[in-house]
Amino acid sequence: MSEGIDEADRPSTLEGHGTDLFSKFDPLIEQRRALLATGVTDPFNLVMESVVSPTVAMCNGRETILLGTYNYMGMTFDPDVIAAGKQALDDYGSGTTGSRVLNGTYAGHREVEEALKDFYAMDHAMVFSTGYQANLGIISTIAAKGDYIVLDIDSHASIWDGCKMGDAEVVPFKHNDIEAMEKRLKRIPEGAGKLVVLEGVYSMLGDIAPLKEMIKVAKDNGAMVLVDEAHSMGFIGPNGRGVAEDQGCLDDVDFVIGTFSKSVGTVGGFCVSNHPKFEIMRLVCRPYVFTASLPPSVVATASTSIRKLMHAGNKRAHLWENSKVLHKGLTDAGFTLGTAEPQSAIIAVIMPDLERGAAMWEALLHEGLYVNLARPPATPANMTLLRCSLCAEHSADQVQTIIGMFTRAGKAVGILG
Amino acid sequence: MDRAETAAKIAALIEPFNKKGVEISDATTFAGDLEFDSLTVMDFVAAIEDEFDIIITMNQQAEIETYGQLIDAVVKLQG
Repeated sequence: MSEGIDEADRPSTLEGHGTDLFSKFDPLIEQRRALLATGVTDPFNLVMESVVSPTVAMCNGRETILLGTYNYMGMTFDPDVIAAGKQALDDYGSGTTGSRVLNGTYAGHREVEEALKDFYAMDHAMVFSTGYQANLGIISTIAAKGDYIVLDIDSHASIWDGCKMGDAEVVPFKHNDIEAMEKRLKRIPEGAGKLVVLEGVYSMLGDIAPLKEMIKVAKDNGAMVLVDEAHSMGFIGPNGRGVAEDQGCLDDVDFVIGTFSKSVGTVGGFCVSNHPKFEIMRLVCRPYVFTASLPPSVVATASTSIRKLMHAGNKRAHLWENSKVLHKGLTDAGFTLGTAEPQSAIIAVIMPDLERGAAMWEALLHEGLYVNLARPPATPANMTLLRCSLCAEHSADQVQTIIGMFTRAGKAVGILG
Repeated sequence: MDRAETAAKIAALIEPFNKKGVEISDATTFAGDLEFDSLTVMDFVAAIEDEFDIIITMNQQAEIETYGQLIDAVVKLQG
């Protein structure tokens, strides 16, 4: 059908260019060249030719089960969500062509912020054009020169970039290490402003944070707390509010950061907060002010999806079941996983090295299964991972099919004995 | 604590991280000579922070390229 797409792309040779600003990328270019020279499909250049459902797409002409989309709650093809988007396209047009603080706030932007306030039972909600911008904007704006940001070393790139964009002092601590965090908080000079940044679910290994203990330590040491719940919204916690809700400490979180591009099923980011002065952020947060707002159809789909996620208890239960079955199936097959027990809808399969990880990724694709290949430097401890994210719309049969595909591919590539 | 005393303590702390047994002088670089990756840097910095009860922020770490610069920074941070 479309065989051409299976071709590895071949970067042009480096010879004859001398030294310029691109020379710093030579090691990465060489690593890619060496990997693709083995004949493996480029893991970072896959095209979904058509999308059948939240769990199935056509890739290279082959029907492929999607197990690496973060589409946790399967809302992308929900009929009510689609209808809301189409209606908004008809009523408000394709885009706002403006900033939220100028001509870019439509009724739909207010409505999605109301939906978020209802979803989290919080006083304020601010919607950004992406989740990346939500972290970038909030962190860089609230922690200024002379303030200290204390954060987990495995934090997402958007958190690190928010730190880099602001002028605060940045103090990382070892992943999920409560004592290491506490020691650093206690060494911060008296009187300095303190922000602790944590995540509910860490997306590389799918492990969760001991938020209850960590937030208590942060509060005891006078810090404000920001928690990124991107990978838990809609799924973890009795109302799907995330890991902090599940551990009973959401009231102590000053800022929750989230995204529309995972469980909500579209694109966009947000921050919710009970801080009485929160609304001033709309005027001082540059990644909010100096970019165009989300299209009307996007905020309409997000509102509808968020309101439906409030009552998605059955879907949450099925997703947990999927996560447990896949975790056990892969463990029993002999794979090494990122966590001993399933803690979220992410299951990370640890590969021995990048070469065999890429070979395994390709073998799975040929079986008809898509997962994420994650490699250094995005991964902790320089691991190569095949990251699986489950969906509430994966059927029990699909999960069994997935376990069979992994087992066959693992034997073919020589990862399983 | 003076520079010599600080240097002696740091020399003991770096030993388990100097896996290739590189001969260390004040001019030794962490990224180039010692080939420290980001995780090694975090563990090594944490060991120093705990020994001297200080914080070396990422902002300060960005200014420290050599072993000698590290000793100077730790001396200064102890006040």
